[in-house]
Amino acid sequence: MATTEKRIEVLKTYKIYVGGQFPRTESGRYYLATNSKKEKLANICLSSRKDFRDAVSAARGAFGGWSGRAAFNRGQILYRIAEMLEGRKAQFVDELMKQDADKAQAEKEVNLCIDRLIYYSGWCDKFQQLFSTVNPVASSHFNFSNPEPTGVVAAIAPQENSLLGLVSLIAPIIAGGNTCVVLASNTKPLCAVTFSEVLNSSDLPGGVVNILTGKVAELAPFFADHMDVNATVYCEADAATQNMIKEKSALNVKRVFLYDKVKWNDATAQSPYFIMDLQEIKTTWHPIENIGGAKAGY
Amino acid sequence: MATKKSNTIKLKFDSARNLAPAPESKSAAKIDPQYELFINGKFEKPSGKKYFASINPATEEKLSMIAEANDADVNKAVKAARAAYENVWKKMPGAERAKYIYRIARMIQERAREFAIIETLDGGKPIRESRDFDVPTAANHFFYYAGWADKLEYAFPNRHTSPLGVAGQIIPWNFPLLMAAWKIAPALACGNTVVIKPAENTSLTALKLAEIIQEADLPAGVVNIITGAGATGAAIVNHPDVNKIAFTGSTEVGKIIQRAIAGTNKKATLELGGKAANIIFDDAPIDQAVEGVINGIFFNQGHVCCAGSRLYVQESVFKEVVRKLKDRLESLIVGDPMDKNTDIGAINSKEQLNIINNYIKIGQQEGAEMYQSSASLPKRGFYCRPTIFTNVAQSNRIAQEEIFGPVLAIQSFRTDDEVIEKANNTPYGLSAGVWTDKGSKIFNMTTKLRAGVVWANTFNKFDPTSPFGGYKESGYGREGGVHGLAAYVNIV
Repeated sequence: MATTEKRIEVLKTYKIYVGGQFPRTESGRYYLATNSKKEKLANICLSSRKDFRDAVSAARGAFGGWSGRAAFNRGQILYRIAEMLEGRKAQFVDELMKQDADKAQAEKEVNLCIDRLIYYSGWCDKFQQLFSTVNPVASSHFNFSNPEPTGVVAAIAPQENSLLGLVSLIAPIIAGGNTCVVLASNTKPLCAVTFSEVLNSSDLPGGVVNILTGKVAELAPFFADHMDVNATVYCEADAATQNMIKEKSALNVKRVFLYDKVKWNDATAQSPYFIMDLQEIKTTWHPIENIGGAKAGY
Repeated sequence: MATKKSNTIKLKFDSARNLAPAPESKSAAKIDPQYELFINGKFEKPSGKKYFASINPATEEKLSMIAEANDADVNKAVKAARAAYENVWKKMPGAERAKYIYRIARMIQERAREFAIIETLDGGKPIRESRDFDVPTAANHFFYYAGWADKLEYAFPNRHTSPLGVAGQIIPWNFPLLMAAWKIAPALACGNTVVIKPAENTSLTALKLAEIIQEADLPAGVVNIITGAGATGAAIVNHPDVNKIAFTGSTEVGKIIQRAIAGTNKKATLELGGKAANIIFDDAPIDQAVEGVINGIFFNQGHVCCAGSRLYVQESVFKEVVRKLKDRLESLIVGDPMDKNTDIGAINSKEQLNIINNYIKIGQQEGAEMYQSSASLPKRGFYCRPTIFTNVAQSNRIAQEEIFGPVLAIQSFRTDDEVIEKANNTPYGLSAGVWTDKGSKIFNMTTKLRAGVVWANTFNKFDPTSPFGGYKESGYGREGGVHGLAAYVNIV
C-alpha cells in the first residue's frame, strides 16, 4: 500500500574512478561541494598525489590494449558512451540543476555532450586517413607516416562547463587511442563522477579514463612533473598555473596544451585537430626491390 | 658434441686498407681567414669584437676565425628579422617566396663540391658522406619546401595558416649544412623570418650559405646567421621578440629550453637525443642486416641522434651476426676524411672524443666485452676506432645513454615480446630498426616500437618528404614532409 509519508532518499556517495573501479581517495580526505545558495550537495573525495600516481599507473597499464584496439572498435565504444549518457540524461540534468544551471541550460549541455561523443566516435577511424601520408622519397623505398597516440595524458578539466568541458576533453584523447587521468571541476564535481559511471558501463576498458576530484592547486604540479605522463592539458587561463605546468613538463619533455581559449559550447570546441594535438607522427621506411628491368607499361 | 666448424677463415684486410689515397682537393673550396655575422643582409663585425677559432678536427689545424655574437648582436639580428617579417616577407605572395627558396636550392647544387669540401674540413666527416648525403639532401630540402610556399592552404584540411613571425633556430654540429636547411627551408616557405645559430665547432657551411643567401638577393633580414656558443643560443631563446624556437641537440639542453620559454608564448619544436634499437631476427637476410647495423652506428662517426646504438640480435643468430660484424669492422677504413675511400672520419671535437672514450671506459668497467677494429689511427686529429660491446646488460650506461660516437652495445633476445619491451624501455623514442624477411612481423614491430622513425630492412635513410622527429624525451614536432609545416604556422 502506498504510503503518504515522504520516502527517505538514498543519497549517492561520490567516489573517484581509477582503473575501472570506484575507490575513495586513499587519503581519507574530503571536501564539501555546495552550490551558489550554499546548499550542501555531497562530500567529494579530495584526491591526493598517491591517488594520482595510482591513476597514472592504471592509465599506463591500459595504454597498450586501448591503443592496440581496432580504431573501428574505439569508435563503437565512444558511441556506446553516448548511448549510455542519453539513457541517463535525467540524472545529469538533475545534477547540473543542483549546481546552479537552469533546466534549459542543463538539457542543452547534456545534449551537446551526447552529440560531441557521437562526433568523436565517427573520427576514431577517420582522422588517421586525413593526417597520414605516403611520402614520395627519392630513393627506392616505400615510406609512410601516420599518427599514433602520444600515450598517457594528464588533463585538468575546466571549472565551468563541468560536464561539457570534461566530455569535450576526454573524447578526443581516447578517440586517438590515448589513456588519461582527468581532474574534474573542483567547484562542480557531481557530473564528472556520474560520468565515470557512464564510462564504466560502456565497454570502455578500465584504466583508459581515470577521473579524480580535488584541488587544482594541490594536484596540478604532479600532473606536470610525473615521469610516466606523456602530455599535460590545462583548460584555465590562470597564467601562474600555466607557466608552472609548462616549466615542470620539461622534466620529461611532456607535450603541453592550453585550452583556455576554447569555447566549450561552441562548434569550434570540436575538431580532429584536438585529436591530433595528442598524436605523434610515425614514419616507416622499407626498401623496394629494384633489380628487374620490367616496367608497368600498361 | 663437436663444435660446428666455422667455414670462414680469418679474413685479411691489409690490402683493402692500403688502397691508394684518393684525396679530394682543398683548393676547390675557398675559406676566408675570418668570418663575420650575417645580419640584415650584410656581414657585420661582432659588437664585442671577439672571434673564436674553427679547427679541422682531422688535423687540429686552424681553418678560420669566427665571430662571436653577444646579446647586442642577437638583438640586432632579431630586429632585422622582425622588420623583414613585417615589411616584406609576410606580405610577399607565396609564389614569390618560393622562387627565392628555389634559388637557394639551385645555388647550393651549383656549389655542391665546395660545400662538401668545407663540411668535411670543418666537421671531420668523410668526404663521401658530405658529397653524397649532406650537401645534396640539404639542397633537396630547400627545393622541396620551396614548392610548399604557395600551397599551404592545401596542407591542413578545413583550416587556414598564418606564419608565426621570427623563428630562432639553433642547430648542432653533426650535420651542419643539412640541419640549417631543415630549419630554414620550412620556416621561409611558411612566411617566417629566421635568426639561426650554427654550432660553434661547425659554423663554416652556414656562413657559406649566408653568401648564397646574399647572392640569391633574398630580402635583407629574412635570414640572419649568427655564430657563437651556448651563450649566443641562450640569447636567442630568451629574446622577447622571438616567436618560435626550433632546436636540434641534446635532450639535456632541450629541457633547459623548454623550461626557459615556459613563461612565454613562444612555440617550440625540439629534436633531441636518441638511443635507437636496431633489431635483427633470425630470419633476416643477415649480410644485409650486418651492413645496415654498420651504417646505422658508424655513419658520420656515430654522431647521429637517430644512430642505431643498441643492437638486439635474436639468440639463434647471435654468434653469426657478431662474427660478421667484427669482420666488417676490420674492413672499415678509418682516417683522413678528405680521402674518398674513408668510411669513418674524425670525431668532431676533442671534447666529444673525451666523452666517447669515457663511455668506452665505463662500458669495460661495467663488465661488457669490448671489441675494436685494429685500424691504425692518424697521429694528429681526433679519432676513435669503431667499437662494439657484447655481454651488455640492459641497465648498463652504454645501453642507456646517448654516446654520440662509433660505439655499439649488443644484446640478445629470444621472443618478439621481449625485444619490444627492451627496445621501448628507454626515455628516448627517436628511431628504431627492424631486420626480418617476414612482412607481418615487420608491421607488428613497426607499430609497437615507440619511435618517430622506424626503418625496416634499412637504416639511416632521410628524405625531404619524410617527416623526422621523436616520441617521448626525443622531443616533439616533425621536420620534413607536410607534417614539417605544422612547426612553422598557426593553424586557424
